[in-house]
Amino acid sequence: MIAAVALTIVLGLVYPLAMTGIAQVVWPDKADGDPTLVARDYSEDASLFQSRPSVTEYAADATFFNNQGPNQEELSDQLAGYMHDYLEREQPFTPDLVAADVPPDAVTTSASGIDPHISFENAEIQANRVAEEHGLPLEQVLALVDDATSRPLLGLGGPKSVNVVKLNDALEAQR
Amino acid sequence: MTAAGWIEIALYIAVLTAITPLLGAYMTRVYRGELTIGIVERSIDLLDGRRAQDWKAYAKSVLISSAVFFGVLYLILRTQGIHPWNPKDLDSAPWDVAFNTTASFVTNTNWQFYAGETTMSNFSQMTGLAVQNFASAAVGIAVAVAFIRALAARSGRNIGNFYGDLVKTLVYVLLPISVVVGLFLVSQGVIQSLTSGPVASQEVIKELGTNGGGFFNVNSAHPFENPTWLSNFVELVLILAIPAALTSVYGRMVGNRRQGWAIYSAMLSLLIVAVVVVAIAENGSTPAMDAAGVTGMNMEGKEQRFGVASTALWVVVTTAASCGAVNGAMESLSGIGGLVPMANMQTGEVVFGGVGSGLYGMLMFAILGVFLSGLMVGRTPEFLGKKIEAREIKLTVFGTIGVPMLVLVTSALAIASDDGRESIYNSGPQGWSETLYAYTSQGNNNGSAFAGYTGFVQPADAEQFGITFANVLGGLAMIGGRFLPLLAVLAIAGSLAGKRVAPAGAGTFRTDSPTFVVVLIAIVLIVALLTFVPALLLGPVVQGMTDQLF
Repeated sequence: MIAAVALTIVLGLVYPLAMTGIAQVVWPDKADGDPTLVARDYSEDASLFQSRPSVTEYAADATFFNNQGPNQEELSDQLAGYMHDYLEREQPFTPDLVAADVPPDAVTTSASGIDPHISFENAEIQANRVAEEHGLPLEQVLALVDDATSRPLLGLGGPKSVNVVKLNDALEAQR
Repeated sequence: MTAAGWIEIALYIAVLTAITPLLGAYMTRVYRGELTIGIVERSIDLLDGRRAQDWKAYAKSVLISSAVFFGVLYLILRTQGIHPWNPKDLDSAPWDVAFNTTASFVTNTNWQFYAGETTMSNFSQMTGLAVQNFASAAVGIAVAVAFIRALAARSGRNIGNFYGDLVKTLVYVLLPISVVVGLFLVSQGVIQSLTSGPVASQEVIKELGTNGGGFFNVNSAHPFENPTWLSNFVELVLILAIPAALTSVYGRMVGNRRQGWAIYSAMLSLLIVAVVVVAIAENGSTPAMDAAGVTGMNMEGKEQRFGVASTALWVVVTTAASCGAVNGAMESLSGIGGLVPMANMQTGEVVFGGVGSGLYGMLMFAILGVFLSGLMVGRTPEFLGKKIEAREIKLTVFGTIGVPMLVLVTSALAIASDDGRESIYNSGPQGWSETLYAYTSQGNNNGSAFAGYTGFVQPADAEQFGITFANVLGGLAMIGGRFLPLLAVLAIAGSLAGKRVAPAGAGTFRTDSPTFVVVLIAIVLIVALLTFVPALLLGPVVQGMTDQLF
């Protein structure tokens, strides 16, 4: 019993508090939560890059999965709705865009509901719209996309992903 | 899947294989008592942690300390309202949720019938849940080490001292790795604060101890638990680090490293097959995607920063080890993609398995393997030179078949009763898959979930918090699933410890050969997995074979 109390003090208080102390001193910005790691809802502003769909309204402090199985009618309806929205938004600026060309990340929900990343292909399509809406040359927007792209292990590990929060922040800074 | 995806999987296997002998050598030194730090050794003395225990005394210590841990955690969860570090002012969990959660963390399962960030205060997470992440992991490792000692023993009935093993595991193995890697995770963006949450300190032990209980409801899919591709890769390595290293500890302590590599090879073979199947399955689309005109990989319920390869790898690693942490939505996997994690757990969590429990589970299959091989060639079976007799085989059968029985009975109870079906979220075969997954996961102390099951504990439906039937049945399944095999293995240890070692002769069936690896894989597949084929056919297999929507 005394041992259990001692364990609780060492592992439950000393260890996490010491870790918190070190983290707060060495990485003060990251330890409290880097806001660019969490997706935001940009759907109000159609001139910006858009995050992946979310069933949780991008809530970071009350997260849950969509939890629809692979053969569920309800999931199919959701996905069809996201596809409709995406095509409606992007086709005026990318006229030859068809459903088969839309990358899957653009019309599916992420696990967390707050994944701030989209695929590079998704960003390339959206760049046409953003460039026109902002009155910027496409090359300049694509350069910003490139800056916000992560390539794990120099591109050898993991997918090319674009951080939408960082990208939109960079875009706003250009105005 | 892209080439980068396959490279990532190959890299993972290479890293795991490289660290196995390193960590194995270090842990062997710890359990041989070659590593000593004054204050730690004095605390072992204080606990009377050097007196040799026979298997009954060892088992009694395991049970007593688990009972104490259970009481302490339950008390913390039920009195949450009066504790500090509760910025959201959360109330205590109801009794049934607290019971399920306590059973879950004390048994190293970390099944979550609650949503972390909307149920648990920072105080409960730190002093309650995270402490059990350490303690339950150390209990599993201690029992595995005791079993190895019994196999290596030349005479006598003693298998070590539980309290000594517990303290050594906590202080020499789990804590130092947690501090170093935990701080690395902070550098990647995992949060560590008393207001937003002490996440990094908990995240690291959650993977290292194959616990799996997330600070947040979406577990390691949350950017504050797992922000980057690299943090994800490191967390993946953490999950299998100790289960893999224990095969090396086993080889070293019985004096033949090839024995350890044989077990490692059998585990790794099963792991690789599983990863390839899930990676290919998730690389394609699902019927729901097809019907909606969405082409390409199944990105539903997956994080873009990890990609399909990282998620497929994680799905297999977390269910091969009895970890249960997730970096994507298990429920959103394709039919075949969801079949594999269930099958992984249904092997009895012996493909690496939980820290400790995986190795001792696999060694029971090894004993079964030499017994069946012995029957085929008409010789008395021996394992590491020790005769396997009726008592050991009875206990082994008890230890290997007990949990599959428990899983099938609890799943059947849940699907056959109105109270059980109330937990189901998806219609059609997916509803059965959710049920089977839930009791497979809890019975095998994994903790991952098709999270729609009783998913209306989600904040969107907070009023429906908890379903007492599922909480209680699941809690009992976790307790049974932990302690049945654990006691069986300690009893086997007791009867093997005293046996004389016969020198290997021409007729000895070698347990460090490729033939034995094949026998071992076959035994695992036939004895454990075959039990579940009918149940699997009705759920994930149906979904994997049809385009129909439900």
